[in-house]
Amino acid sequence: MNIRTEISDIIRSDAESNYRLNAPVGIKITKLNKSFGSNHVLRDLNLEVKPSETLVVIGKTGSGKSVLLRHIIGLEGPDSGEILINGMDVNDPEVRKKHRFAMVFQSSALFNSLTVAENITLYLREHKVIKDENAVREIVSNTLNIVGLEGKENIMPSELSGGMKKRVAIARALAMNPDLILVDEPTSELDPMMARTIGDAILNLRKHVEVTQIVVTHDIDLAYYIADRIAVLDEGQIIEVGTPQEIDRSANPLVRKFITTQFEREEGGRRL
Amino acid sequence: MNSITAFFHTTGEILQLLMESIFWCKAALSNRDKIFRQMLEIGNQTLPVAALISLFIGGVLALQSGPTLAQFGIEENIGGIVGLSFVKELGPVMASVLVAGRVGSAMAAELGSMSVYQEIDALKTMDINPIRFLVMPRFIACFIALPLLVIYMDVIGWFGGAIVSSVNSDIHVPFSVYYRNLSELVDFSDVLNGLVKATVFGIIISTVCCYVGLKTKGGPREIGTSVTKAVVLSFILILVFDYFITRLLILLNLD
Repeated sequence: MNIRTEISDIIRSDAESNYRLNAPVGIKITKLNKSFGSNHVLRDLNLEVKPSETLVVIGKTGSGKSVLLRHIIGLEGPDSGEILINGMDVNDPEVRKKHRFAMVFQSSALFNSLTVAENITLYLREHKVIKDENAVREIVSNTLNIVGLEGKENIMPSELSGGMKKRVAIARALAMNPDLILVDEPTSELDPMMARTIGDAILNLRKHVEVTQIVVTHDIDLAYYIADRIAVLDEGQIIEVGTPQEIDRSANPLVRKFITTQFEREEGGRRL
Repeated sequence: MNSITAFFHTTGEILQLLMESIFWCKAALSNRDKIFRQMLEIGNQTLPVAALISLFIGGVLALQSGPTLAQFGIEENIGGIVGLSFVKELGPVMASVLVAGRVGSAMAAELGSMSVYQEIDALKTMDINPIRFLVMPRFIACFIALPLLVIYMDVIGWFGGAIVSSVNSDIHVPFSVYYRNLSELVDFSDVLNGLVKATVFGIIISTVCCYVGLKTKGGPREIGTSVTKAVVLSFILILVFDYFITRLLILLNLD
């Protein structure tokens, strides 16, 4: 049984629950434009995301990756263009009634006054999705197991490392039982080992949870590790989309420049 | 012209936040634990300091007015003078300044930090209204706690005045005379007058400080700037509104 089904079963077993089972969403973005003052961040951006896939958007810093995510989740409105979620406009209130979206922020955005468990169950409690305390505890335990943080329920966010905070943020997103998870720069400010742990946590979601994921990163290694497909964003436009193998074979010089290792090493560890 | 537009824009946004806070008061019952926590925080931050400053302000009032009254042989009126000064003006204004400085600054810092570190965005992505979740409990807590704090400060201020009046050799008014005069001159409408002011000041502090906090953008430096801005703006509005509320109460024959 996968974890999504487990969480669904826990929630539905609560007699007072107002839980609804949903399906992963597909997204179609057409001619999206956004400017901040004179800075034209997104330029006629087109992108399609298939249900249940993990799409990784890569691009250099300032290319508009995070702004794209903020549009998909509805935190920003476009100047022009449209974002369709399963055929409905992202700002249509019906979309939020039918689907749940979760976002893992670059800063983790955990609430410092709440414990790890309270952070994870905030959505469930505020929307009264579930009232049975045993079921709540079970969800916390399950989601923390997925991200490898068993037994950290009662710790405050201030006591966690950057990588642990990111994993709690992933657990919080997962507890919402979402149809779409957006992850913004999951490995920024982390050492390579912790970045690998975060990559494993995201990959683990794919094994256990049927959900559409969009991950934004400039970490090319992470992109190859977790992606079903990779989209390359440059100057506010998607310049290439494909599987990791297709991106690897791309002849586009901008894509090649981005995916080529920036620092090459010879055997002794010195740069070439 | 730009600064005039900005002034009206900011005023409009503050009023909008106030209206939304009032709207979300319908969810007060289900958020009573958050409101209670905020009230505890206000009490925890202010009660000891409030006791200290009101005791000394009461003493200073007696010390400054007592000897002059004694020169005219009417020093037995000191209880009423200290009492009225406290309930109508000093209590509400000092309590509000204290709450703005200690609690309002903390509100602006906390919400500012939440804005900067994307916690407000995180709430929005979870379909949790930040005004219901963050502003409304602070709004109601200030609305309730500030008048209670004023009553607390009034009582301690009267006591401070009574101590100085009885101990100071230039005044020498016994406790019994002081409190008899106070009860003769200060009636419930005077106390109510101060409580009306405190309620309005509570609304001003919570709304202004939450607004400034929520509008914070940038980093730690901007959080600091927001705290200063919230406190200064609250002080100014408290004093400006103090005048207009007093004027209104006089017009309505309630002063």
